Amino acid sequence: MLSRTADNLYWLARYMERADFLARAIQASRRLAALPKAYGGEETEWESVLLSSGAALAFDASGRPVDEANVIEFLTFAPENPGSIRNCLEQARANARAVRTALTIEMWESINDAYLEMRALESRGVVPCAQELARFLEVIKQTSLTYDGGAYRTMLRNDAYWFSRVGLFIERADNTARLLDVKYHVLLPEKEIVGGSLDYFQWSAILRAVSAHTAYHWVYRTSMKPWLVADLLILRPEMPRSLISCYESIVRNLDNLARAHGRQGVSQRHARGVYGKLEKLSMENVFQGGLHEFVQSFITENNRLATLISEQYLF
Amino acid sequence: MDSRITQFDELAGADGRTRAPYRKLSQWLAETPPELLASRREQAELLFRRIGITFAVYGAQEATERLIPFDILPRILARSEWATLEKGLIQRVAALNAFLADIYGAGEILRAGIVPADLVYRNPAYCPEMAGRRVPYDIFVHIAGVDIVRTDDQGFFVLEDNARTPSGVSYMLENREVMMRLFPELFALHRVAPIENYPDELLATLRSVAPPRANGDPTIVLMTPGQYNSAFYEHSFLADKLGVELVEGRDLFVRDDVVYMRTTEGPRRVDVIYRRIDDDFLDPLCFRPDSALGVAGLMGAYHAGNVTLANAVGAGAADDKAMYTYMPDIIRFYLGEAPLLQNVPTFRCRESEALAYVLDHLDELVVKEVNGSGGYGMLVGPHAAKAQIEEFRAKLKAHPQNFIAQPTLALSTCPIALASGVAPRHVDLRPFVLQGANGARVVPGGLTRVAMTEKSLVVNSSQGGGTKDTWVIDDAWVGEEPMGQA
Repeated sequence: MLSRTADNLYWLARYMERADFLARAIQASRRLAALPKAYGGEETEWESVLLSSGAALAFDASGRPVDEANVIEFLTFAPENPGSIRNCLEQARANARAVRTALTIEMWESINDAYLEMRALESRGVVPCAQELARFLEVIKQTSLTYDGGAYRTMLRNDAYWFSRVGLFIERADNTARLLDVKYHVLLPEKEIVGGSLDYFQWSAILRAVSAHTAYHWVYRTSMKPWLVADLLILRPEMPRSLISCYESIVRNLDNLARAHGRQGVSQRHARGVYGKLEKLSMENVFQGGLHEFVQSFITENNRLATLISEQYLF
Repeated sequence: MDSRITQFDELAGADGRTRAPYRKLSQWLAETPPELLASRREQAELLFRRIGITFAVYGAQEATERLIPFDILPRILARSEWATLEKGLIQRVAALNAFLADIYGAGEILRAGIVPADLVYRNPAYCPEMAGRRVPYDIFVHIAGVDIVRTDDQGFFVLEDNARTPSGVSYMLENREVMMRLFPELFALHRVAPIENYPDELLATLRSVAPPRANGDPTIVLMTPGQYNSAFYEHSFLADKLGVELVEGRDLFVRDDVVYMRTTEGPRRVDVIYRRIDDDFLDPLCFRPDSALGVAGLMGAYHAGNVTLANAVGAGAADDKAMYTYMPDIIRFYLGEAPLLQNVPTFRCRESEALAYVLDHLDELVVKEVNGSGGYGMLVGPHAAKAQIEEFRAKLKAHPQNFIAQPTLALSTCPIALASGVAPRHVDLRPFVLQGANGARVVPGGLTRVAMTEKSLVVNSSQGGGTKDTWVIDDAWVGEEPMGQA
């Protein structure tokens, strides 16, 4: 396959996944922000979502005050935020257009439909009302589902598919890691105890963001415990967006590529290395070193893999 | 509209009696409530937008991608009409190819004094790089789009030959797809000749001209300037249908006169390039050094015979509007046959007598720039303002050789479905002719372009023109009673 096509497919998958994640992160923060003040929230949810989505610097540069309306606008539609949902969708569509021939009709139409919907929403007014916004976030999540399902059900299992999948899981692993970090950034008020009610709501909002609330109860059959939430999102292979599960998929798809090309390379070795480390890891290790530190170093390793892939496949 | 021009409608004829090919459509229209047409129009628009069948408009601010207006009523040609047209088209492309091989070779037609040599050698589309070179099977034009108009029942006129990179074939194919989804009942009433084998025919054509070393299994690619090109949709659509890679210049490189594409498995050799990029941008070492769209060294590989370009470099020398005027002579010279399709009578402004006439009759004529395309650089006399006429008069006097002029043709009209009902609009037709090493092929139909504005004669999509599906149907009425009043 053309290297440029592989590159486009890989990034297309990443942008689609990122848009979905942003929509989920915004919904989670709204849930937290909606808690009554009696629960003692410090209203740091909006800073935390900026930090975890990597948009904090860009937002500061815009000079706007941090409040719900501003942050949401910035993360969804702001043209000046390169990581806004809007820009993700535009980038995804531009990539999709460039590799239209490598996509199935279902995949293209799901992106194009969402894009047209966004354009229609934008053409109606500058700031969409809360209801429209909520609907838009749903559309984005739906689109990601349709796109993903379309890929799963209609694409030939060849390099186009494998590059797409690798892109998707690298982005998803990054997003899950960032989501865990949200908790680090949402500061508990000093008098609040870890494991108290605010803490409980914060962890549960994170789980809901990735539709894992029910899964948690099925796996652990106990009330919300921070280390169990982290365990679920990091080490549980049966949890489809846990770090270990993402890496299992990355290794498998990179191996498929290597088999088709008849050549293992540095990206296969690196991915296997990260996967191996996750397999040996326990939650005690994670919390001893600090969750935040673990997450940061994981994100770096994950980015390193992305670089190695583009070097190996000449993107 | 100018009262001197009587109008021929392809449905109603010249006298209002429904012409045979349109009999069933006409009946169907009479029985169909306007609401149904309206809802099908909406569905069609939705389909085009969802599939993303768009074209980009340079310089248009808000929308870089636009839908070409699509009309839901088919344009219908009888099989017998098509048969004539097809023969004429194949003849024409054969002559174009013979002419190109000659002007880059022996130049016999120039020595015979049929075509003036300076017209060839001074033509900006003439490519000196190709002088003395032969191309595989002497085929320069593998894909031609010939623009056809009609003014009455009696025959077709060629308006223009497109020998470089004619576009529109994706609309021909998509229009049919959309029509089949929207109007199954109309297809059930007619026997419409299929066109969906076009991509197979195109692939066979491209394979047939591959360099011998490819051993019958050539690697073929379609080369696009990129997604901001106005015809990008078509490029990706065709690559998809052909099952070949859609490449940009940056995906290709040349080593030792061999063209490769960059793939995830390393370099892969390329044998045939269906290029949808102009000569000037193909190779910065040879043509425009500032172009980033092409591939350095491509021409070297081409001349070494390691890669085939379709259409060949320099093919544009034949589709020039000045050369057009010589086409009947060109056909007679190379094929020894009478031209089957007529040319529109044309004044060559480079000839002083013709120029004098043109200057005296600017308000009646259509004046075209010899190298213009897409409806730019043209004067439609009967519809032009005084100032515009004077502007053209000055241009004509300054550079008469750059212009030709034609009488304002009474282009035929076809019915289109509008919100306000069914109304006639002017149309032309662009059939696509394929010329490979093993023969010429034309799928029955083509792209019908429609001037969406009432009375307008401009059908170009860059000028707001639309398209409609073109049907070639069996002459089922042969032997029946002649049609009565509709």
